[in-house]
Amino acid sequence: MITLTHLYVLAGLVFGAFAVLSAIDRTNARRFRNAAFWGLLAVSFLFGSMVGDLGNGIIALGLVVLAAFGLGQGKPNTTSQEERRASAERRGNLLFLPALVIPAIALAGTLLAQNTPVGAVIMDPKQATLISLILGVLVALAIIMVWLKPPLVAPLQEGRRLIDAVGWASVLPQMLASLGAVFLAAGVGDQVGKLFADYIPLDTRIAAVAAYCIGMAMFTILMGNAFAAFPVMTAAVGLPVLIHGFGGKPEVVCAIGMLAGFCGTLMTPMAANFNVVPANLLELPDRKAALNGVIRAQIPTALPLLVANILLMYFLAFPA
Amino acid sequence: MLVLLGIAVVVFGFVVRANPLLVLMAAAITTGLAAAWTPAADLAVMWQAGVDTLARFGKAFNDNRFISLVWMVLIAIGLLERSGLQERARMLIAQVPAATSGAVLWVYFVFRQVMSALGLTSLGGHAQMVRPLVAPMAEGAAEAKHGPLPDRERYLIRSHAAAADNIGLFFGEDIFIAIGSILLMVGYLETNGISVTPLSLSVWAIPTALVALAIHSLRLWLLNRQLARSLAGLKAEGGE
Repeated sequence: MITLTHLYVLAGLVFGAFAVLSAIDRTNARRFRNAAFWGLLAVSFLFGSMVGDLGNGIIALGLVVLAAFGLGQGKPNTTSQEERRASAERRGNLLFLPALVIPAIALAGTLLAQNTPVGAVIMDPKQATLISLILGVLVALAIIMVWLKPPLVAPLQEGRRLIDAVGWASVLPQMLASLGAVFLAAGVGDQVGKLFADYIPLDTRIAAVAAYCIGMAMFTILMGNAFAAFPVMTAAVGLPVLIHGFGGKPEVVCAIGMLAGFCGTLMTPMAANFNVVPANLLELPDRKAALNGVIRAQIPTALPLLVANILLMYFLAFPA
Repeated sequence: MLVLLGIAVVVFGFVVRANPLLVLMAAAITTGLAAAWTPAADLAVMWQAGVDTLARFGKAFNDNRFISLVWMVLIAIGLLERSGLQERARMLIAQVPAATSGAVLWVYFVFRQVMSALGLTSLGGHAQMVRPLVAPMAEGAAEAKHGPLPDRERYLIRSHAAAADNIGLFFGEDIFIAIGSILLMVGYLETNGISVTPLSLSVWAIPTALVALAIHSLRLWLLNRQLARSLAGLKAEGGE
């Protein structure tokens, strides 16, 4: 059965290759920093389960220090604009096939693993989507290698070109999840919830609904994740005031409250995988700004939608 | 109350634009130290608290490695880019005379929201779909009409390509009953003595999903008008 452990070995080897290729890339003035960064990540993938908690903490600290000093961007050999256009003309729309194979296999594998006994034998059903996604990548890779016959090192060099464009932001989502664990252990959420319950007047229904929805959005902006905000705000306002106090229907209060939190996700650089990673992938010039282009494109949808959620909860959650 | 210092560090870090990884680590250590602090705590106690926090951070970092697995996609996407995938996406969209940037983004946005509502959240994503296909198509649609794009418009279109993916995903996925956030809510209510079914939660995601569809469709229509105006103005200037 394929589990995450197998994928970690694969990822460790790929990041190890990125590290080696970075180290010998003389076009990058900071090539040894890049090599150390991707190398540390490779160590984390390959040996993370053996080095202990403190060892992993030191790996994370090493990544942070390297990122703070600044990484460079390698320039692996790739094709020119003209060569790409010529290749696109020659290959036609068949070029889309390998790109679409990846989501197709991700989807088919997920459905197979969760719904058929055979699928569950092949892979761990709990991680089916991730495993199928990587399988899709490998199938797409095989198709391209056989069909287009690029140099053997090309997948690693092209992968390095893109991962260097993403840079240190590539570990930001994983680091944010770790910060969430530290916050949880220290009881940060409970304290924020108490502040809300103590200082915000919640004596009318509309004020309580607004406090819950805006609190979900604001706490999500701070934490980068509505899942972290939900238990906190629901314990502080949702359950005691809206559900037990005003008699709101729990399923409506919670469903819409979570979506109010998602409005916050659209507005924060803390939601790195949604808002920072794409800015890097798309090479936006303002990708390092707190309010980068992606977030600025989303705010005008997020704010009216937050107001809409308050109104929807106010009108739908309370049986007349 | 002291543990809230960690949040203050996060806010301060973003205001002074320090490296976000550095900000996160500083916030984690601050929180761990604040949680351990008592008037009686001496240096040894605080040092131990710092080490414990680093270990807790490390454990979570290790447990969450699966998050970074998604980068394996880049080796296939990079290889396809090398073979002209983005150029092909531009060519394809240029053959559709009615295609505009806003229309391309709108079609993708609706596709993303509907598929997410059916639980097919893996049919999308920034590395898999937005960079290689959606952004080049949206840019290509504008280029086919207006010629080479100025940077401002190019990056505006790219930003909206990422936004379409996020908004479609967020306000579609909760309609599907077996998604993480729905299961989280069921579990949370269960532990508080309230039992609800996933289905009863997911139907109440539908009103917000419809409002999101309306608002963001309007936004993309406005984007199209804005692009048409600014790019046409540019062309007129260039022609003089």
